[in-house]
Amino acid sequence: MKEKFLVLTLILSFLGSTFAQEANDLKVFDFEELQEYLPGDENQLVILNFWATWCKPCVKEMPYFQELSEKYASDESVLVILVSLDMESQLESRLIPFMKKHKLHPDVVVLDDPDANRWIDRVDPSWSGAIPATLFYKGDRRKFFQQSFHSVKELETIIQTF
Amino acid sequence: MRYFFAIAFLFCSLTFVHAQYQIGDKVDDFSLKSTDGDYVSMSDYKGAEGYIIIFTCNHCPYAIAYEDRIIELHNEMESKGFPVIAINPNDPEAQPDDSFEKMKERAEEKGFPFKYVLDEGQEVYPKFGAERTPHVFLVDKNRVLQYIGAIDDNYKSEEAVEKQYVRDAIQAIKAGEKPRPNTTKAIGCTIKTS
Repeated sequence: MKEKFLVLTLILSFLGSTFAQEANDLKVFDFEELQEYLPGDENQLVILNFWATWCKPCVKEMPYFQELSEKYASDESVLVILVSLDMESQLESRLIPFMKKHKLHPDVVVLDDPDANRWIDRVDPSWSGAIPATLFYKGDRRKFFQQSFHSVKELETIIQTF
Repeated sequence: MRYFFAIAFLFCSLTFVHAQYQIGDKVDDFSLKSTDGDYVSMSDYKGAEGYIIIFTCNHCPYAIAYEDRIIELHNEMESKGFPVIAINPNDPEAQPDDSFEKMKERAEEKGFPFKYVLDEGQEVYPKFGAERTPHVFLVDKNRVLQYIGAIDDNYKSEEAVEKQYVRDAIQAIKAGEKPRPNTTKAIGCTIKTS
């Protein structure tokens, strides 16, 4: 009995530590850190999708970004990064479970920088701050969309313009 | 005659595109049903020095993060002539948590001291150009739009707030000055339409 209990405790603590590990692995940035993190290769198209687990239209369009990311997984020409605006208090309770449940393929980073007025215009001056919002950039060229997407084709059409 | 229609149509479509109020524009009054059951207009507030119109809702986490601060803002500013009028711009068909019934429940739970009204038919928020919840539009007593944007500069923590945008804007209006800044941005939820 004692042994069984010990094994169970070991398993539980192991599970607990892997979970904690995942939470620690999550990249949480302020805006400057995010800028530094973002790749700036002239030959790579980067797609930054600003979203949150509580944002219904964001969750609805997520499969298209997922599909796109999988399609270009072995090809470095297109990179999808999901910038989560989930609140700090919800990372463990919502974001990590969401990432697991949907086996999110793209890189997920958390932008935790509450003075949004300071950085929204730096993403794009036309952005009101409503999400979802998506920025495509390659070198100095950029296109910004404050809208939802309704198919992978829609995203592919934009990719073609770069 | 045909030309007249063509021109009228062109004019209408242009006005439609540019219908959003800008800073300095006079805004139209509205009449919207509140959770108390009565219809609310700006003109109902006798002796008001201005109005803090906040497009907000039940479901959005950013709106929820600001609920207590909106209550405080009203309690502090109403006696100074600036009541809060909270308008839910969402279509309840698209976001059931923002139905009129749910609004009533929320207003009761939180004891909202301000009017919480529904933009039934969604005709008011497009005129203001509201794009998210929460989104503040501060107008003076002549119903001239003076400030558009966020309540303050930190949704996460009231203690960490450094700039009280709405309070500062009200102070400027009271001093006969123009608010600086008169526009700020914040992250928020899109306004839900069917």
